[in-house]
Amino acid sequence: MNDVSAPVLPDGLVIVVKRECETCRMVAPVVERLASERDDVTVYVQDDPNFPEGVDVVHDADLAVSWHHEVETVPTVIRVVGGVEVERTVGWVRDEWERVTATTGLGPDLPSFRPGCGSMSVDPDLVDRLRVRFGGSVLGARRVEVADLEDEFEAMFDRGWTDGLPVVPPTGERVMRMLTGTTRAPSDVIAVVPPDLVEVSVEKIAINAVMAGCRPEYLPWVIAGIEAVCNDTFNIHGVLATTMPVGPVIVCNGPGTRAIGMNSGMNVFGQGNRANLTIGRAIQLVIRNVGGGRPGEVDRATHGNPGKISFCFAEDEIGSPWTSLAVSRGIDPDTDALTVFPGEGPRCVVDQLARDPESLTNTFAACLRTLHNPKSVLAFDVIVVMGPEHARVYADAGWDRERVLEELHARLQIPGDDLVRGAHGIAEGVPERLRGITLPKFRPGGILLVHAGGGAGLFSAIIGGWANGEVGSHPVTKIVTK
Amino acid sequence: MTETTNTTVLLDPTNERRVATMERVGRPESLRGLTVGLLDISKARGDVFIDRLEERLSEMGADVRRYKKPTFTKPAPVDLRHEIATQCQVVIEALAD
Repeated sequence: MNDVSAPVLPDGLVIVVKRECETCRMVAPVVERLASERDDVTVYVQDDPNFPEGVDVVHDADLAVSWHHEVETVPTVIRVVGGVEVERTVGWVRDEWERVTATTGLGPDLPSFRPGCGSMSVDPDLVDRLRVRFGGSVLGARRVEVADLEDEFEAMFDRGWTDGLPVVPPTGERVMRMLTGTTRAPSDVIAVVPPDLVEVSVEKIAINAVMAGCRPEYLPWVIAGIEAVCNDTFNIHGVLATTMPVGPVIVCNGPGTRAIGMNSGMNVFGQGNRANLTIGRAIQLVIRNVGGGRPGEVDRATHGNPGKISFCFAEDEIGSPWTSLAVSRGIDPDTDALTVFPGEGPRCVVDQLARDPESLTNTFAACLRTLHNPKSVLAFDVIVVMGPEHARVYADAGWDRERVLEELHARLQIPGDDLVRGAHGIAEGVPERLRGITLPKFRPGGILLVHAGGGAGLFSAIIGGWANGEVGSHPVTKIVTK
Repeated sequence: MTETTNTTVLLDPTNERRVATMERVGRPESLRGLTVGLLDISKARGDVFIDRLEERLSEMGADVRRYKKPTFTKPAPVDLRHEIATQCQVVIEALAD
């Protein structure tokens, strides 16, 4: 946090105190003695410039010294040589004070130890303001002043910054607080965002994350999501521009999903979980505000889907009988990662009677067969979100992830005669020349299996995809780093 | 009662780009002798439309050249855009949906 504008500490002893602190008041006579015996003692006081009485102090009124020199506790004693800190002690530990000050017999009537108090420069009520005051110069975004009589929420709607719901005003304080969620520099460029192909910095992502309602600890997930969608493999340009009703569906894996309180259970796609909803929303706001991707402009969706505001959830790894989606895609276990998939809204698969895996797989295959059109093959991938009660049927029978997928693919081999144009009275279909051969509904790897949902209910969900492969989009998995 | 107001300063979430307005080139009087590029975006049956356009334009004396994007889902590659810009005076891009 130190920068060139940080005040240089004077050589000798620097002591930082505040009157409000009981320990500081206790050690006031010691400070007074040191100040009177030596001519190289500088005392900074944070609150009351008349404290300690009889000592010539410097009032750290704007807390610049305390902030820049990372004083977290008062009292703090720092020994400075040639403008550089050599050592420091915090609170009152007589031995430590005697060592740092090279003085013996300090405060003989005081207890040998007493912890200090919080420095005003880390006071939760002040810290956001101080972060902007002393660190705000790292922010490069244009400042937009909202007039006194203007409602800031309406102003953000008027400027076209929102997805149709209110957004949190991205003030400097909120953005600086958001940036504490990552170790990356605000100016780091993360990606080039379609459709306008604009470089996006960590700062711009943080601004949009504030607006979406994220907490700072969600920011690394938002950054990873932007990395995952903004490339030729995922092709967010096409996902945005298409007339089909798809948007980025974000599946999160790893212990970090639990640390930030993501939902992988009951109502997993629904309302009520801040992390799920705001991470997905922040990614979409970046596409809108930085990339310039707006409905009716480059976004040409015929219907769209509600998930285009946010569609993000965690896999239930603890309750899963299988390896996770991320691990199946080459990520080490216990590593935070997310997978992006160009998906439509989820639909339900109901089977309340199957108690054996064959019967249940037949249901899944029959439902998957109809994806987008019963006669469409190979063009689209799918996510199968297996509910825990369905997964248990497979777990009890000893079917692992690979077995489930293998059995599904085996049941989704379709005779070309059923698929050609005109067959079954449906014009849609594959060219006549494919009559007589068998075609798979999904390409190899085209079914992504995820375990999530509430503990009660013999239901699962299917999330249909968009044009797959080189002509469209491949799912992309990215590791999440702080 | 005195009312105090605080001006809120927000950080711009957008790409802060000014929209550059570009002048359209003038419409040619005639297509006779001009090179007209037809860009097929690779969407199904777009070629049906473009074949017909090629017929009509050729009848009008235009020198028609055909171009094709690898996939409709992605923007035209830079090289292709350059090729069209350097070879043609007029371009027609067809979207079939």
